[in-house]
Amino acid sequence: MRIALFSTCIVDAMYPRVARATVDILERLGHEVVFPPGQTCCSQMHVNSGYFDDAYSIVKNHVDAFSDWDYDVAVAPSASCVVSLGHQQPMIARHAGDEGTAIAAEDVAGRTFELSKLLIDVLGITDAAEQLGSYFPHKVTFHSSCHGMRIMQLGTRQSDLVRTVEGLEFEELPDLDQCCGFGGTFSFKNADTSGAMTADKVKNIESTGAEMCTGGDVSCLMNIGGALSRKGSDVTTLHFAEILASTKDNPLEVSGPVALTTTTGGK
Amino acid sequence: MTVTQLGMPKVFHGTGNIAAEESFTSFAGRELKNEQLRANLGFATHTIRDKRAKVVGELPDWELLRTAGSEIKQDVMARLPELLEQFEKNFTERGGKVHWARDADEANQIALDIIREQQAEEVIKIKSMATQETGLNEYLEENGVSAVETDLAEEIVQLGEDKPSHILVPAIHRNRSEIRDIFLKKMPHIDKDISDNPAELAEASRHHLREKFFRNKVAISGANFGVADSGTLSIVESEGNGRMCLTLPDTLISFMGIEKLVPTFQDLEVFLQLLPRSSTGERMNPYTSMWSGVTPGDGPQNLHVILMDNGRTAALADQVGRQALHCIRCSACMNVCPVYERAGGHAYGSVYPGPIGAILSPLLTGVEAEENNSLPYASSLCGACYEACPVKINIPDVLVHLRGKDVDAKHGKGEEGNKRQAPDQMDAIMGGAKAMFSNSTLLSIAERGLPAGGLAAGRDHKISWLPGLIGGWTKYRDIPEPPKQAFRHWWKKNKKNGPKQRAASDRVDVDALIAKNSGLAEELHRRHAGEAQEEREEAQEQAAELKKEQRREPDMVRREEDLLKGQDDSSNGTTGEGTSSQEGND
Repeated sequence: MRIALFSTCIVDAMYPRVARATVDILERLGHEVVFPPGQTCCSQMHVNSGYFDDAYSIVKNHVDAFSDWDYDVAVAPSASCVVSLGHQQPMIARHAGDEGTAIAAEDVAGRTFELSKLLIDVLGITDAAEQLGSYFPHKVTFHSSCHGMRIMQLGTRQSDLVRTVEGLEFEELPDLDQCCGFGGTFSFKNADTSGAMTADKVKNIESTGAEMCTGGDVSCLMNIGGALSRKGSDVTTLHFAEILASTKDNPLEVSGPVALTTTTGGK
Repeated sequence: MTVTQLGMPKVFHGTGNIAAEESFTSFAGRELKNEQLRANLGFATHTIRDKRAKVVGELPDWELLRTAGSEIKQDVMARLPELLEQFEKNFTERGGKVHWARDADEANQIALDIIREQQAEEVIKIKSMATQETGLNEYLEENGVSAVETDLAEEIVQLGEDKPSHILVPAIHRNRSEIRDIFLKKMPHIDKDISDNPAELAEASRHHLREKFFRNKVAISGANFGVADSGTLSIVESEGNGRMCLTLPDTLISFMGIEKLVPTFQDLEVFLQLLPRSSTGERMNPYTSMWSGVTPGDGPQNLHVILMDNGRTAALADQVGRQALHCIRCSACMNVCPVYERAGGHAYGSVYPGPIGAILSPLLTGVEAEENNSLPYASSLCGACYEACPVKINIPDVLVHLRGKDVDAKHGKGEEGNKRQAPDQMDAIMGGAKAMFSNSTLLSIAERGLPAGGLAAGRDHKISWLPGLIGGWTKYRDIPEPPKQAFRHWWKKNKKNGPKQRAASDRVDVDALIAKNSGLAEELHRRHAGEAQEEREEAQEQAAELKKEQRREPDMVRREEDLLKGQDDSSNGTTGEGTSSQEGND
């Protein structure tokens, strides 16, 4: 199968290791990965901040970048960005009176999957240890990001895959369904409220005794990880793709208090 | 001048207590420093949230009920003029008088005129959001009429010369020793040795109110529902004070927002299941009153309803926003909202707080009114409100829509025709990001600068301070050291894309794969559901223990515990008007 990777802007610029882990997993399963070079961002930051006119040219860019290539499915290591493609892009195009782009956006969105959904629903993966060789001997808790849980209705796909990793000790997170306080530009526009939400999320993570908190959206993980770092906590955050990419032969290296670097996929 | 311009009706926005005088951001910033308030709200909202989840979980057809509620309300909004006229006809034929009010001031004036006709100097009131909205109590006070709130929590707010902070439990921010002090100060015949025991406080309130019920000839209510095909009005409540007000006085004046209609009597079946479960977390509320016109010798003989627009027509004209008018004032959205839970109700300025307030208030007043344009941003868009809403109002979508209207207004493209404002920091951030995100070549050049971020991060590999608006991020969190290389550059160097196009024979039938794997996710979920449940219970317990150790013991928490006990008593029918829980009236 040929899979087009939508890295998302934040992974591209801040967490390239998550995109590399995603590539690694898919290539391990024997699939061809392409990276449409015109891609940038889904436009969600602009839409959620009310900048619909600015968002329109970003939407067009994404639709062009992903309409241009021949692939079977596209994948992104983010539920929030994938939801934005189907939920917001057509709305923004119609807001600008561009029905053609709206229809093209719906088409691209219909072929773009969040990573856990692609792995389970399309590729039939239900056991990461057995089918992907995933090995990660650490105590890990999991944060369920809101857009995956509520808009995409992902259910427990992401955490269920993490549970099947060899050597991993899974700790359930109390108040799992509570937002971490990120909310895009909400995090700095309403910093005090956002910070209070994040502080409670961090307390819950610390109560589990886990070494790390994983999840499926690096934006939330950057928020949680940033607050943990500010607190001087030893707990770090990482994307579940990084855990799935880690194997016995090529384990994910835990380096330093904040950063985790994958050695896979770079050869 | 074109025909459309001639035909453009003027939009009438709402007035009254629905506009914030201070931005949500700065008000919330202050409230968040009050740790007692945060602990109180956290405890109270979580308790009601859990009760709601339990009783909602009992109904196998809850989602169908939500759909039915949503569709009935969509129908009402589509046929509002016709249904209002039908209601007017039926209410009038059954002996009532219908008044129409464009805004808060007109509604208040109509009520005052009726009260003066009756030569009353005091009136009794049922908890009502509509009269909170119009500021009726203050208006009557200014005109020499005192309005007595008979719902316990509303009475506490009124006697304390305070503002409600929740539409269901308006005194959620008060503790019981404060309540005792208020009662001692304001109730003339109270036992001076009264303790802060909730039962004693409720008893004092009961004695105080009983006398008011017997003495007064005019009552004022809101309305939970108005039935078009029968002209019936309905009030849903918990304490019995409503029943007293609806039956004892000779004159009854009901304020009703024009969106409160349901088409037929049978439609109440849906809403009377949705409302109590969503609001107090009860299967059924203790008191549901309905009245259809005047019955000679029984109940009020002088019956009025004030149908109030106050910005609802403006909200109805907004294609995305009009769903906010479906609201049945249950308060489920604020009880599940992580923002409300921390900032509290007063931060929203308007009498409508929480997620529904964040959309309803700016829809009624127009997004450009006072500080109401700060309300659509008072959300992380987590979607918990939409999930809990019994009539499926997509609050996150409406919030985003109103943010768009706010930005348009700032850019001189708003409905009020205001001038373009000078560009601010948000404009600069969004403008810069737009340029990069619209063109991958520009983004790629910018990403070449990532190593400079490494320099900014310094030896501890993190950025702990940023300037200006985005400094809000580093107020509470660090930013990790940026990577040395963006993913796109790594890809270019280490990988190679295949050709853009392929032979048709290389294509895979994805739909067939999905069909083959259907049910796999559920199977995987079931495999882990048992252990997940056990772990979850253990984790919740652990976290609760930790929280108990950390929490200073607030008075309010004890009060809320008592309050909820009192509520259980009232549903067993052991107490009347004196308990302190209240249904979501409007």
